[in-house]
Amino acid sequence: MSKLYTGAEIVFKCLEDQDVEFIFGYPGGAVLPIYDELKNHSSIKHILVRHEQGAGHAAEGYARSSGKPGIVLVTSGPGATNVVTALTDAYMDSIPLVCISGQVPTHLIGTDAFQECDTTGITRPCTKHNWLVKDIKDLSKILHEAFRVATTGRPGPVLVDIPKDIQFAKTNYFKPKNERKINGKIHNKFSQDEINDLIGLISNAKKPVIYSGGGVINSGPKASEALREFVRLTGFPITSTLQGLGAFPGDDNQFIGMLGMHGTYEANNAMHDCDLLINIGARFDDRITGKIDEFSPKSKKVHIDIDPSSINKIIKVDLAIVGDVNEVLKSAIKKINKKQNGSKISNKQKISKWWEQIQKWRTKNSLGYINSNESIKPQYAVQRLYELTKSKDTFITTEVGQHQMWAAQHYKFNKPNRWMTSGGLGTMGYGLPAAVGVQIAHPDKLVIDIAGEASVLMTMQEMSTAVQYNLPIKIFVLNNQYMGMVRQWQELLHEKNYSESYSEALPDFVKLAEAYGCKGIKADNPEDLDIKIKEMIDHNGPVIFDCQVDPNENCFPMIPSGKPHNQMILGPNDKKENKISGKGKALV
Amino acid sequence: MANPKSAYSIPTKKGKLDTHIFVVWVDNESGVLARVVGLFSGRGYNIESLAVAEVDATKNISRITIVTTGTPQVIDQIKLQLKKLVPVHKVADFKREDKKVIFKEMALLKVVGNKKKIEKTLKACKSFNPVILDKTKQSVVIQITALRREIDKMSKKLKPFGLTSTSRTGAIAMTRGAEVFK
Repeated sequence: MSKLYTGAEIVFKCLEDQDVEFIFGYPGGAVLPIYDELKNHSSIKHILVRHEQGAGHAAEGYARSSGKPGIVLVTSGPGATNVVTALTDAYMDSIPLVCISGQVPTHLIGTDAFQECDTTGITRPCTKHNWLVKDIKDLSKILHEAFRVATTGRPGPVLVDIPKDIQFAKTNYFKPKNERKINGKIHNKFSQDEINDLIGLISNAKKPVIYSGGGVINSGPKASEALREFVRLTGFPITSTLQGLGAFPGDDNQFIGMLGMHGTYEANNAMHDCDLLINIGARFDDRITGKIDEFSPKSKKVHIDIDPSSINKIIKVDLAIVGDVNEVLKSAIKKINKKQNGSKISNKQKISKWWEQIQKWRTKNSLGYINSNESIKPQYAVQRLYELTKSKDTFITTEVGQHQMWAAQHYKFNKPNRWMTSGGLGTMGYGLPAAVGVQIAHPDKLVIDIAGEASVLMTMQEMSTAVQYNLPIKIFVLNNQYMGMVRQWQELLHEKNYSESYSEALPDFVKLAEAYGCKGIKADNPEDLDIKIKEMIDHNGPVIFDCQVDPNENCFPMIPSGKPHNQMILGPNDKKENKISGKGKALV
Repeated sequence: MANPKSAYSIPTKKGKLDTHIFVVWVDNESGVLARVVGLFSGRGYNIESLAVAEVDATKNISRITIVTTGTPQVIDQIKLQLKKLVPVHKVADFKREDKKVIFKEMALLKVVGNKKKIEKTLKACKSFNPVILDKTKQSVVIQITALRREIDKMSKKLKPFGLTSTSRTGAIAMTRGAEVFK
């Protein structure tokens, strides 16, 4: 007879067997037995957050930057409801999270007990799967399955709700079984014929474009290497979604910038005019496609994705390859190499005209802006931050809004897992706790949250977490006193009716930093910017950097929603050239 | 929308709607029906009828039959989304017009009225294998099995004879011949 363990012990035995090092959590009545057990497991470190949403986003930051699942531990009722935003965020961006929540004892479920809520009911639509453990005998099996579901196929969040009496009950512990098939939910059986079809399309294309997404990042660092090789072999231009940034080097000549609503002129025009579009691990999100009817009208479309339900969901494709990006690309590369050695067929010549066209689009310099000597332009701030941190292996998180788009446009990523941003759900308040998680995973790296002052106030309390664990995260706030993206839409689309998008009262961020026990730096002058950024980088501890930027700056280029890719609004720079006179003045 | 300028996107033309029947095999565990139904409501799919019961007690498998309408693209999505749910084992779907599939619905009809009206009721039901489950001097409870639209028609027809309550199952389905759903 093997030893009997309590539910709380089993939770930790499972976490140990799943090689968990960190838990992000917040205690409460219904998880006390699990918290009581924490002291007996030295290999697992608990990070105490200040709000459960922060635990969720921190776990997301940890997962995205490390490739390992993020673990969250919260109590019943408000603990569980507070984590719902983070679970939904992880669900939309396919981030593996395992959330363990406490629940009232089984005999009280359904009685409106103190801190009771229908956690599995509430989280059902925002998790890949969830479980309410009603029998202690199921606990170890469920926990292991939770890890499997979260990390296999298209990754995502899962939740295990454990009533308090189950945490006390005793039973045997079962180790995870290897390689059990989970209901045929993992799809990685593409055929060689599909690869051949892909090669056929590649060799016939005259105006190809590769459009890669977060799936490449999720497939692991090897997938990014495979993507780089694939792009070099084909010589095709490549654009990336917001989530895919870093899979291909941002400063490479074959990279034509991010696409979509705030993508570059060349990327969006290439998408519109191409004759072959190869989607690798992206999902034709509405911020990417613009008007569906006029999306890339002349192209053959290929979609490589691990999730069969992504295929034909929004855009009908001509060739679908369901599988893991890395394996599909490896298979394609093998085939191309074989073919090229045999017959020397390459269409790099055929596409030279296409590259000429792309160069023409590039001369528009669609990310350009009019710089100023008096006020800090937010784009300039991001560019300086990039220039001053690019030699370090820097990890960037963001909040949501204009600053996020400027970061995506002007910060160039050369490696995967260095860019953590809330794309699908667009969660303001994501970046600060995510930076906490990233710093936990990479204690010696430079981690910067490029933030907006409105977003960062939503989860500002997590500065306290950063201080507690001495996490030297840098919160680089592009402070324009507005909810900038809201203000931009109101300016462009709602007759400048700036309804409730101005924050009348904002804290003094330097004093706020000091109140939390960290360093505050304020910059309001372009001349001092570099020195102050350096000061931020050199400070060994958390910093809130209040970068006071021009409040009227808009994020361009922009495709107004409901418009196709070739109808972009370009920045003031372009308008000037068209309307007034010659070249814009010394623009960055 | 009065001012569609900041609309997410303008909806494009809708395709032709087909009626499909989905047969879904699931683990009979708590919450599984909520997962399936929640998927439909959450993604804006429509459920015309739903029938569910355990069919294999040893393996704990329930069979859910769902009648739904949608464009071919939506039908395709429903199938793929259902397959992603962890407790779902397999999913079959077919058009309502599919000749290879039988699909039936059962109804219990209670008619309250005099002898003459009850007789008329029984006569009207004749072609739908009526089974008299209960009969008194003033009432009768009849069970019929038929297609959805036939039952719709019957309920209308029986109103003047004193139909007071109708209880219907959702449609259930099975393939003809030796073949089984894959």
